[in-house]
Amino acid sequence: MDGLTPVEQRAPGKWQIATVTDVVVESRTAKTFRFEVPMWLDFCPGQHYDVRLTAADGYTAQRSYSIASAPLERGLIELTIDRLDEGEVSPYFHDVVEPGDQVEVRGPFASYFVWRGEGPVLLIGGGSGVVPLMSMLRYRRARLPEVEMRLIYSVRGPEDVIYARELEQGDETLLTYSRLAPPAWEGHEGRIDAGMIAAAGIEPAGMARAYVCGSHGFVETAAQLLMDAGFGAAQIFTERFGPTG
Amino acid sequence: MAGFVSRGFGGSRRVPDELAERIPPGQHLESGFPVLTAGATPPVDKGEWSFRIDGDVATEVEWGWREFNELPQEDVPCDIHCVTSWSKLDTSFRGVSMDLLLEAAEPLDAYAMVHSFGGYTTNLEIEDLTDGKAWVVTEHEGEPLPRSHGGPARLLVPHLYFWKSAKWVAGLRVMDHDEPGFWEANGYHRRGDPWKEERYWTD
Repeated sequence: MDGLTPVEQRAPGKWQIATVTDVVVESRTAKTFRFEVPMWLDFCPGQHYDVRLTAADGYTAQRSYSIASAPLERGLIELTIDRLDEGEVSPYFHDVVEPGDQVEVRGPFASYFVWRGEGPVLLIGGGSGVVPLMSMLRYRRARLPEVEMRLIYSVRGPEDVIYARELEQGDETLLTYSRLAPPAWEGHEGRIDAGMIAAAGIEPAGMARAYVCGSHGFVETAAQLLMDAGFGAAQIFTERFGPTG
Repeated sequence: MAGFVSRGFGGSRRVPDELAERIPPGQHLESGFPVLTAGATPPVDKGEWSFRIDGDVATEVEWGWREFNELPQEDVPCDIHCVTSWSKLDTSFRGVSMDLLLEAAEPLDAYAMVHSFGGYTTNLEIEDLTDGKAWVVTEHEGEPLPRSHGGPARLLVPHLYFWKSAKWVAGLRVMDHDEPGFWEANGYHRRGDPWKEERYWTD
């Protein structure tokens, strides 16, 4: 199997100036920012970048964002940023940043919540928790189609689906609308449950693993459902987002 | 990268100067208490909980829940700093000073690997665990420590990034050398001093 390269010990600690080349509106609250990164390093799906903003008087604000793109194109990363109204970094990206702008970034970082091609694999994302999972899904589509992968994706309503079109182009995804399903929707509704885990059809045997990303409550629920379905704690990888504004 | 300015960025979450000087570089003030855990939350029953110190020590020691709660307890008002960039000011915990626990064991070497129920580990130097800098705590702001925040007991080392304050702590092993724990093997800094911004391997 043609897996991904291991994460290198020489984590790239240096801040560098990346240039925004594209901004895509993904959902009611999420936009994707594509960056040209001059000192680009190969990464694994699941890793993150830090972003730092500096005001004219030197005040800075810094946050971490998961990489949404797959490591397929050198020099390029995409970050999908959910707007948190009370934050100061995500509203800046949503309200100010446009193609041509420069942003200080450094990364990629962290190597626990990463996917290196192991399978079969069950991805479970809540809201913008789908972002690092999308990097995994994109890499699998492009390079490892033989690896069995399913995505359970929970969103509040139809306006909250990130990557809707791209997800529709494959059959990996089981979508559920937790609050409001569109009219005539025949798929899952409500919170993720044991039925969805079973419907995904990834057996917990052998090398199988699960990646779960979302709010604390979502991750706890999903992890419990996975354990009830026979996944061991060591097969379950989680990432919870706190308020990262 | 001196001189770089983000076009149109003013900073909408600035805090007053007297608070700002308590917030390490690259951190921002957070009023809640976000939960960040790798893996599922392990269920730890008080009946099975114990705290053990072993490895290179003069005496191996272990306290069960009841014995531990009979040890002298201290209130620990503190500020805490998470590597994901939030800081929480003026919070408080209650528990037993690590000085007292280590005195009972008498460490013979300079390094420790702290381990938790559920398998989490983090490395610390004994120096960072002594002189009133570390505790094993069982209460947060007057309430029993919630399970999601490490209850029944967690380590508290507020002068380092909060991943060092291991949840569901089970014990520590004294060692003659430093070894990376869980996050330290996964890209994060060996020591994690927020005032030096020691976030990642290369910091």
